[in-house]
Amino acid sequence: MNGSIRMRIEGIGICAGAWCDWDTARDALRHNREFDAAQATRPSPALLPAAERRRAPESVLVAIETAQQACSMSKRAPADLPHVFACAYGDLPINDYLCATLARAPLDVSPIKFHNSVHNAPAGYWTISTGCRASSSAISAGDATFATGLLEAAVLAHTEAQAVLLVVYDVPATGALRDVVDCDVSFAAAFVLSPIGQAQDGIADLRIDVRPGVLAPEADVLHACGVRNPAAHCLPLLAALARQQQTTLQARLTPGTILTMETLF
Amino acid sequence: MRHAAARKYTCVIRIIPISALPSRIPPLAITAYTATSAAARGNDALADALATRRSGLRPNDLTDLPCWIGRVAGLEELEFPAQLARWESRNHRLAWLGLEQDGFHAAVQRAVERHGAARVALVVGTSTSSIGETERAYRELSPDGHLPPAQRTSRVHHPHSLGAFVQDVLGVQGPALTIATACSSSAKVFASAERLVRAGIADAVVVGGVDTLCGSVIYGFNSLQLVSTEPCRPFDAQRNGLSLGEAAGFALLESITVDSTAPRLIGYGESADAHHMSAPHPDGLGAERALGDALARAGIDARNVDYINLHGTASLQNDAVEAALVARHFPATTAASSTKGWTGHALGAAGILEAAIALLAIERGFAPGTINSRALDPACGPQIRRDNEQRRVRIALSNSFGFGGNNCCLAFAAADA
Repeated sequence: MNGSIRMRIEGIGICAGAWCDWDTARDALRHNREFDAAQATRPSPALLPAAERRRAPESVLVAIETAQQACSMSKRAPADLPHVFACAYGDLPINDYLCATLARAPLDVSPIKFHNSVHNAPAGYWTISTGCRASSSAISAGDATFATGLLEAAVLAHTEAQAVLLVVYDVPATGALRDVVDCDVSFAAAFVLSPIGQAQDGIADLRIDVRPGVLAPEADVLHACGVRNPAAHCLPLLAALARQQQTTLQARLTPGTILTMETLF
Repeated sequence: MRHAAARKYTCVIRIIPISALPSRIPPLAITAYTATSAAARGNDALADALATRRSGLRPNDLTDLPCWIGRVAGLEELEFPAQLARWESRNHRLAWLGLEQDGFHAAVQRAVERHGAARVALVVGTSTSSIGETERAYRELSPDGHLPPAQRTSRVHHPHSLGAFVQDVLGVQGPALTIATACSSSAKVFASAERLVRAGIADAVVVGGVDTLCGSVIYGFNSLQLVSTEPCRPFDAQRNGLSLGEAAGFALLESITVDSTAPRLIGYGESADAHHMSAPHPDGLGAERALGDALARAGIDARNVDYINLHGTASLQNDAVEAALVARHFPATTAASSTKGWTGHALGAAGILEAAIALLAIERGFAPGTINSRALDPACGPQIRRDNEQRRVRIALSNSFGFGGNNCCLAFAAADA
């Protein structure tokens, strides 16, 4: 099989707890400081018009803020970049609102909340605020959402020979959804990935590989990060990048396939 | 209010760089496909419903809202296998029903034997997945605001429930994802699948889409004043909104060396409008880009296209923009139609349902017209047809456009096109 793809990580964005950009996160990860969800502040991405910044749901704010940071670091124009927004659960507060309103008074459903409930709402706001008309995707893959989103973005960059933006995010559950959704903190990260040979600079190379196999839970480093948010499964990769550590990480894509990620400096 | 928001965005839109057209792609064989909707269970019944112009729409009997819906009959009474009981939801019932039509499930088993389970990937699309089950749980909350114990399973309350369910039923082990870009979801699955094969990640990909009617979509579309009180009339001058529907559809993509006679995926284009969350770009710029990319990947010209299955929701704006797009680009010899009068708008499953109709047009030599519509909008060119037509269809396109301004155009061809 020939499922290996090598690419350049040109930019990173992060919005999670006290980490409001890659510099802050890199510093904390280098010094082995624990991720602290408690100090989160509401991001205010400059790309969104002021009125939208005030009323946009948290999912849109964190996704756009990190996407903007990653593009800015890569020095690539957002309007040029095909993108993949990966989110396991969708906008949980809006789903909570919709289900609660439907149970109580279905004709009261807010049209804005409804169109913001689509899984691609953050991607849609991103295209509107950047003028990007490239391919725009929004995916979900349960616990494997980060690994699958990385694969989807890498395959897109590789086959189209084009730099791609990947955004991974999830926001905490509210209301009764807390009974069934294992997500109680906000976490978002973004990566600009470019095919080797087109890279303009960047942080590191990343080689990914898909192979058959069953990954034991303890070998799945992406689940060892201890943060209750599927987007935080990128933490071990972020740590390796922060420490400039040449390493190989493994994540379960499905019960029978493994994604291998190798950082190269 | 929505229009006020649109104006605010307009001021931050930047000059769009002219992007190069994509390169031609190698075609993939569609070695099996199937669709189930309000119009019919499976391909033969669907072809028959299309030929006899028999609509599957009926007065809404799922919620209180007065409108017409494309409801798949008998889902609630369906015998759902006991080993799948943990996945119980209307959406998974429809997915299961869809997988059992046209020998699709067996075709996937053969692909697993050919390539190995880990080399068969899965890409499905949905807009609401099994949120109908979450809605049901919220109607039965305990006094202190918790889900009823029977509903406290994480399996059915998230977007990838659909992908996880289909993976469990089929036993495929390759990469698996759910695309949720509203009404373009299960069109984009073909694009992701083609890339997974071209990158050498998979040898076969099961693509599909399933969406079921639920309160979120019926009352949500109603809140946007997009739902008609009568059966939808695509491209009619007097159209007044859409009829919501539901569907399940699947296709199996493999190298053309597996079956050199099967119809083929020859191209696709994906784009964004960069305009508005729930209204199309007035000049159809995003849709035009998706069309241009699909033709470029297929290595064909608009003149080569025999039939287009349009998005054609019967909303005022969509049909006006799409009619103008078709009139601008295609010769009068291209037949184009919306089949939503038969099925309703199946949202996240519309892409795969209408891909199946495009494939039936190729395989059975006919171009369906448009039902319920009495007098076409003057914006329509000669391409948009009310009547069915017996004709050779070598190349067919299918358009799917979604909220967030998300567009996808697919190109299919006969093996000997």
